[in-house]
Amino acid sequence: MIPLDINGKRQNVDLPGETPLLWTLRDELGLTGTKFGCGMALCGACTVHVDGQPVRSCITPISAVASKKVVTIEAVGADAVGKALQAAWVDKGVPQCGYCQAGQIMSAAALLKRTPKPSETQIDEAMNGNICRCGTYTRIRAAIKQAAAQQGGTR
Amino acid sequence: MSAPVDRVIVANVSRRRFLQGMSLGGLVLAVGYPSIARAQEAKKYGADGMPNGWVDNPLAFVSIAEDGTVTIVCHRSEMGQGVRTGMPMIVADELEADWKRVRVAQATGDEKKFGNQDTDGSRSTRHFFEPMRRCGAAARTMLEAAAAERWKVPVSEVEAKNHEVVHRATGKRLGYGALAKAAATQPVPARETLRLKDPKQFRYIGKGQLKLVDGRDIATGKAQYGIDTRLPGMLYAVVARPPVYGGKVASFDPAEALKVPGVERVVEIEASPPPAHFNPVGGVAVLARNTWAAMQGRRALKITWDDGPNAGYDSTAYKASLEESARKAGKVVRNDGDFTAAAAGAAGRHEAEYYVPHLAHATMEPPAATVRIANGKCEVWGCFQSPQAARDLVAKRLGMSADDVTVHVTLLGGGFGRKSKPDYAIEAAVLSKAVDGKPVKVTWTREDDLHNSYYHTVSVEHLEAGVDGQGKPVAWLHRSVAPTIISTFNPAAKNEAAFELGMGVINVPFAIPNIRIENPEAVAHTRIGWFRSVSNIPHAFAVQSFVAELAAAAGRDPKDFLLEVIGPARQVSPEMLGDTWNHGESPERYPVDTGRLRRVVETAAREAGWGRKLPKGRGLGIAAHYSFVSYIAAVVEVAVDDKGAITVPRVDMAVDCGATVNPDRVRSQMEGACVMGLGIATLGEISFKDGRVQQNNFDAYEVTRMVGTPREIRVHIIPGDYSKPMGGVGEPGVPPIPPALCNAIFAATGKRIRRLPIRDQLTV
Ligand code: FES
Ligand code: FES
Repeated sequence: MIPLDINGKRQNVDLPGETPLLWTLRDELGLTGTKFGCGMALCGACTVHVDGQPVRSCITPISAVASKKVVTIEAVGADAVGKALQAAWVDKGVPQCGYCQAGQIMSAAALLKRTPKPSETQIDEAMNGNICRCGTYTRIRAAIKQAAAQQGGTR
Repeated sequence: MSAPVDRVIVANVSRRRFLQGMSLGGLVLAVGYPSIARAQEAKKYGADGMPNGWVDNPLAFVSIAEDGTVTIVCHRSEMGQGVRTGMPMIVADELEADWKRVRVAQATGDEKKFGNQDTDGSRSTRHFFEPMRRCGAAARTMLEAAAAERWKVPVSEVEAKNHEVVHRATGKRLGYGALAKAAATQPVPARETLRLKDPKQFRYIGKGQLKLVDGRDIATGKAQYGIDTRLPGMLYAVVARPPVYGGKVASFDPAEALKVPGVERVVEIEASPPPAHFNPVGGVAVLARNTWAAMQGRRALKITWDDGPNAGYDSTAYKASLEESARKAGKVVRNDGDFTAAAAGAAGRHEAEYYVPHLAHATMEPPAATVRIANGKCEVWGCFQSPQAARDLVAKRLGMSADDVTVHVTLLGGGFGRKSKPDYAIEAAVLSKAVDGKPVKVTWTREDDLHNSYYHTVSVEHLEAGVDGQGKPVAWLHRSVAPTIISTFNPAAKNEAAFELGMGVINVPFAIPNIRIENPEAVAHTRIGWFRSVSNIPHAFAVQSFVAELAAAAGRDPKDFLLEVIGPARQVSPEMLGDTWNHGESPERYPVDTGRLRRVVETAAREAGWGRKLPKGRGLGIAAHYSFVSYIAAVVEVAVDDKGAITVPRVDMAVDCGATVNPDRVRSQMEGACVMGLGIATLGEISFKDGRVQQNNFDAYEVTRMVGTPREIRVHIIPGDYSKPMGGVGEPGVPPIPPALCNAIFAATGKRIRRLPIRDQLTV
């Protein structure tokens, strides 16, 4: 039994400790908002927060996050930064297919929490691990800037 | 991604004519049965030419609940193009519905009821704009008739306006909810009697004001994709597939796999020998309590493969063989004037060869499908561009009637042509059947996706020109050599099909008197399929690069030279160009309009500040291409540093796709096409060795990331007229990007790129 704290909910899962957090979330806990794209930390689709840090859940065994605070796309909107980002995403019409966008928002939220007023370069660097095959990057940048401005962080 | 060939085959499968509708709880208008009678004899174009054509019956698409909620069915698949917003918006506009009270429901795969659902070929809007308008207008008419009846006034005195019907004389009004029941019993008005809006009255169409219907769900993680399906008691499967096309399992040992915790079953899927069609390639499946356990189980399988005849497929050797073919005469597919004589008498000669490798769609959501079989019925959930094909082929494989198969279409996490082929649905069906109908979800990993795709073709384009004293081409030879998509259905096929030639090799509308287009043979050694923009990619890369090369040789401005090669504004019949396909559209309604092509070139150049002074290492390049009956030009600004690293600060794209329904989505499609086009130009390559794909994941098969994305992508939409035929949007943005980039690199560095991807070709 491994104790997990997902979006503030504590639960024990009966799985081998090396099971990646991604598949635990998606298949065992029904939190399918976190996406699979590569399984090798190459695309960012599976990004979640662990104790506030962005983490690729596809390569993170559940044994490594036991008792740590995991936040997924389903709950990132609970705070002001997440909420502002989600609103900016809708407002700027960022998504095309939308599949990568949960991971994008999780990476963006981690960025804004760390760096409330990111520069263009800081945005590009923080987001470079997140692939969008539909090519929505210019709107992702615009939405991050809008959310940052709304949070009082402009540059 | 247009699919004339496969659908011919798919359409042979018999289908029940009438199907139960989806039941939408609480809705008042019953789902009806479309009756369409159309002439069979004449050659059909547009939506008429597609299997099951179009349906404009409001009873199939619109339902109104007593609380006034209007539910509009979207029958096309959403893969990022915005169709779940665009199609219902057309209906809602004519219906005079208040968008805030509109819900969108996704159709199951059921073409008899909804019309053609193959979401490919950049054709949803141009094929369904008129039927969806009629659908909305008919429902509006029924509401008006119901109100007039209630008030006992002539119907001419009432008018539907913003979700209610108003009696002009008295100002009496009734909401759509209150009228729904009575409206449902009104006869569906005859098509000829419908009164469509004057486009000036549109409230949503063309305005670009509405947010995406799925935007909020996507941003909050609630949106459901094919890979997200979960059913009680479901098993999660991954499949070990033959690494070589046409290969099969020689033997396998499941023992170690079955020891992996969570693994429940190992099931062999029978191989389907080539031609691939949409069949699964076979292999060994591991079914487990979760995807990870299935993946671990697969790793523990011991399989010996019989690789079959394609085990020698090697991209380096294949490229050489394509080049050899391209240097010899091939099947003549267009011949204007006399190339040989004109070239012999020309003042100068030029020749160049261009190479574009295989590509994989690499949709962010890999293929995934779930099947459950119970009580003689089969249900399928998945991300399908062609849900009716999934339905028919699952039924065929299971030996069931298609009537007993229901295909639920989820959102697609990208399509790009990959998800037109429902091989993964058939896999899930085979596996569900093997476990007594229990629900089984098949998930493809990224490795699976890259190793067993339906790849974009690989091609060598050989061009020759004879030029006059001013350097202007008077003779043009283009030999295009590439394995054809038809080979996926007929292994004997070695020439490009009409629909591939009609993607920018045969139908170049250039003012050159002597044009010869040849298509030497090429044999396929893997599954070739539709990839966004299809053959337009290599054709446009070659043609638009070569025109720029000729401009450089003549010492001319590339934009002026391109306009001169296009020649004066005129309407060219596709038939005159030897193009019998014309993207499936009528040659009369859709001639090639060089005036429109000129205009996008001029617009992109003007907006980009063509001719502006740039610092050292920077350059502008231009390219234009006509595809999917739309006209697009791009100006790329490139910066090449002293180590040869490329960045693209800005791209300007001018688009003439006719009138638009949702201009914001036209923009977003162009932005995405630009990013994908840059990835094709700079990074993307699938290569084979010993019959196997050499790229496993996004580390080796690179796609554009944020750092490689232009700071600015500016999209300039040429205003259109709703009375004129519309063009496509999803695909035509891609082809001009690689040549515009390479032309910009030439301007910046003097180095000409003829082989994609560029990768480190500029590195010093
Ligand atoms: S799925 Fe984890 S980074 Fe791609
Ligand atoms: S929106 Fe489709 S992958 Fe990003």
